[in-house]
Amino acid sequence: MTSRGIRDQVAVVGVGCTPFGEHWDKGVDDLVLDAASAAMRSARTDVDAIDAYWFGTLASGPSGVTLSRTLKLDYKPVTRVENLCATGSEAFRNACYAVASGAYDVAMAVGVEKLKDSGFAGLIVDRPVGDGTATATSAPALFSLLAPAYARKYGVSDEVLKDVMTRIAWKNHRNGALNPLAQFRKEMSLETIRSSPAVAGSLGVLDCSGVADGAAAAVIVPAERAYDYTDKPLFVKALSMVAGPAKGPTDPTYDYTSFEEVVRCAEDAYRQAGITDPASELAMAEVHDCFTPTELVLMEDLGFSPRGQGWQDVLDGRFDLDGDLPVNPDGGLKSFGHPIGASGLRMLYECWLQLRGEAGERQIDTPRTRAMTHNLGGSPGNCVSFIGIVGSEKDA
Amino acid sequence: MSGIIALDVYVPRHRLHRSAIASALGTRATRGARAVASYDEDTTTLAVEAARDLLADRAPSALLFVTGDPVYLDKSNATVVHAGLGLSSTITAHDMHGSGRAVVGALRAALDAGSAGRDVVLVTSDIRTGRPGSTDETAGGDAAAAVYVSADEEPVARLLGAGSATEEFLDRWREPGQRWSQVWEERFGESIYVPLGRSAVDRALADAGLTIDDVDHLVVAGPHERAVRSLKRLHGLRSDADVADRMTGTVGNAGGTGLLLELADVLDRAAADAVVLVVALADGADALVLRTTDRVAAARPVAPVAERVGRGTLAVDYPTFLSWRGMLDREPPRRPSPVKPSAPSSARTSAWKFSFTGSRCLECEAVHLPPSRVCQQCHAVDRMDELRLADRRASVATFTVDHLAFSPSPPFLAAVLDFDGGGRFPAELTDVDADAITIGARFEMTFRCLYEADGVRNYFWKGRPVLDAEEVA
Repeated sequence: MTSRGIRDQVAVVGVGCTPFGEHWDKGVDDLVLDAASAAMRSARTDVDAIDAYWFGTLASGPSGVTLSRTLKLDYKPVTRVENLCATGSEAFRNACYAVASGAYDVAMAVGVEKLKDSGFAGLIVDRPVGDGTATATSAPALFSLLAPAYARKYGVSDEVLKDVMTRIAWKNHRNGALNPLAQFRKEMSLETIRSSPAVAGSLGVLDCSGVADGAAAAVIVPAERAYDYTDKPLFVKALSMVAGPAKGPTDPTYDYTSFEEVVRCAEDAYRQAGITDPASELAMAEVHDCFTPTELVLMEDLGFSPRGQGWQDVLDGRFDLDGDLPVNPDGGLKSFGHPIGASGLRMLYECWLQLRGEAGERQIDTPRTRAMTHNLGGSPGNCVSFIGIVGSEKDA
Repeated sequence: MSGIIALDVYVPRHRLHRSAIASALGTRATRGARAVASYDEDTTTLAVEAARDLLADRAPSALLFVTGDPVYLDKSNATVVHAGLGLSSTITAHDMHGSGRAVVGALRAALDAGSAGRDVVLVTSDIRTGRPGSTDETAGGDAAAAVYVSADEEPVARLLGAGSATEEFLDRWREPGQRWSQVWEERFGESIYVPLGRSAVDRALADAGLTIDDVDHLVVAGPHERAVRSLKRLHGLRSDADVADRMTGTVGNAGGTGLLLELADVLDRAAADAVVLVVALADGADALVLRTTDRVAAARPVAPVAERVGRGTLAVDYPTFLSWRGMLDREPPRRPSPVKPSAPSSARTSAWKFSFTGSRCLECEAVHLPPSRVCQQCHAVDRMDELRLADRRASVATFTVDHLAFSPSPPFLAAVLDFDGGGRFPAELTDVDADAITIGARFEMTFRCLYEADGVRNYFWKGRPVLDAEEVA
């Protein structure tokens, strides 16, 4: 398989992100306008200068018109994309390719989701009409399948595994407390997290990402024009997308302790970026912590921890804000909140702040110049994976 | 001449202790417990469960389905049973619904068909309840039975004679759509039933060329408990004759199906060449005289019906029972209601949806649940055979208790099941305590209704714990 990547061919020159949370007073159009306007201000540009748009949303509006109507775009190309929880990243990836191809000089990726208008608990995903045989397990339940399988495979007791999950939520809440845009800006005690009401399997409410409204956006230009817009652009080092054969739920060889989609995606992304030891080369990683066991497994799939060691590294604080490799320094899906279509671009927003030294109280002090965004869309053994790597310096 | 080749029963695993009703309603407690169909069971699913083992190695020419509580009107339920059993489309399926009396009628029709050379499987099921606090509620029981009738095979019991007495009188009634029946004062019914029963018995014995003194086993069943008790004290019955009553005691009065429950229990203990007098009291009386053959012992299932019925039971509390029967409307979870399954989609995947039939790759033998045109292992395209896994057992690979997903009776339980001989499916679980699910636990599949939407029952298969001693150990 050929995957050349577009290392250092395009750059992010502006980003925008709304606060995530319960925006009872804002509709999809308000959120989109706020994020897009912020990104344009950040890039010191405007709608007239942007040639094409990629608009990501899971279910908050059909077609490119949802965006063009909101921004009152004058007959521009707008593509709506959807790839479950990787939707925002997919908008970004395709916008980057469009610029790299030379077809457009300036592109914008916008992601939005309005989840809190449904009146239901948790995430609601409309499924196609079918024969009624698809098991109706909820998202937290599907990811909770990881916990007993991981505990059994690596001889970790259920109690210790619960400690590990709790530690992940505790860390992400702690990071989110330092983030003015986060849905939950509050530290949570280990005991509060551990005893939160059961949702599925060993997952309590506080093991789950926040259901939120929000939007985020980024402006992408050719690398050679990046400094026309900003002194501190982010160069795109890698963009990888993998859709698996979805055989985890039907193939007995799958053991529910890994996401093969992520493993393949990481191999591809690291090769594109020229990274050989991600744990020591990345300044930080924004990973898809939809539920606490997901983040645990990702530490191993992304090569941050050896197999079977992720749980120990979590407990040792390796991924804390002041650890060897800070993971989800902005609070992650857990405490920043997870408006599906916006999340991938929200992760990019954090990379922008951190690599430019603009993250305020949660600024990571590191000489490393590259950062990762990762999304997983679907469920264990049945998902898509996205990895993006951006850096503040163009490689020699 | 035709006879009964095999008789099997299915009794749901849940039990409602009658004392639980009494303590909730502040009424006088009666002893024992009644069998309760779970929230995901209806008369159609019960019927599939009753006939599954019986039809594992037999192919009838017709299936008759009888129930006092049909799921659908203006649409066949027998065809759903037929599909659940994975029967060939050349096997006909017909419904006989509405009253307990239909059971004996169907049995006689089946025996007649058997004599005419057509093998028939008769499946009956009943879910019996009444207005909260009623006798129907406490005394009722939910169960299903299946009888295979043929002239080809050597039967376990042959029909020697039959007699019937039919009269119109008002003992119990229910309009379509009502949730419970109403009954007349019971002494009136008794005064009609008992003479009708005697008359039917006399005619049946005369038809068989026997007398009451020849009867070794007596089965009397019907919804009118008092009349049934009276007729069991049949004049002239030998003092050593066996009067069946064990099933009604442990299961409850299962309406028309109760007759076959008791008969199954009798066939479990009857010697060869024994005379069995079966009397149904349901809007009249029907009596059948059967004689067991020397196959009666050899043809018995591994575990007697009475023993199986007592195995692995689960207690259900009264409020839960009421909500399962739709008499207590509880606040649903804050989640969207499920949508009805699509008719064309269900028709396309009928073998999968109704009979849990997947596919196996002809090139590499990888098993696919649901069936797949492309092999997940070797990627061969359209090189598949059908493979029914409804009767295959499985082990839990991993599992969850889902408090968020919609379930008519939360929480929603699910496990990834790995089937013996290959194949994996993440299945919803039923008839299990959440605490009892572990990695490696053994499960088998059962035909259930996942939910109902717009009046459409969404039938599919779920996992339930295996109860065999050797598996549980």
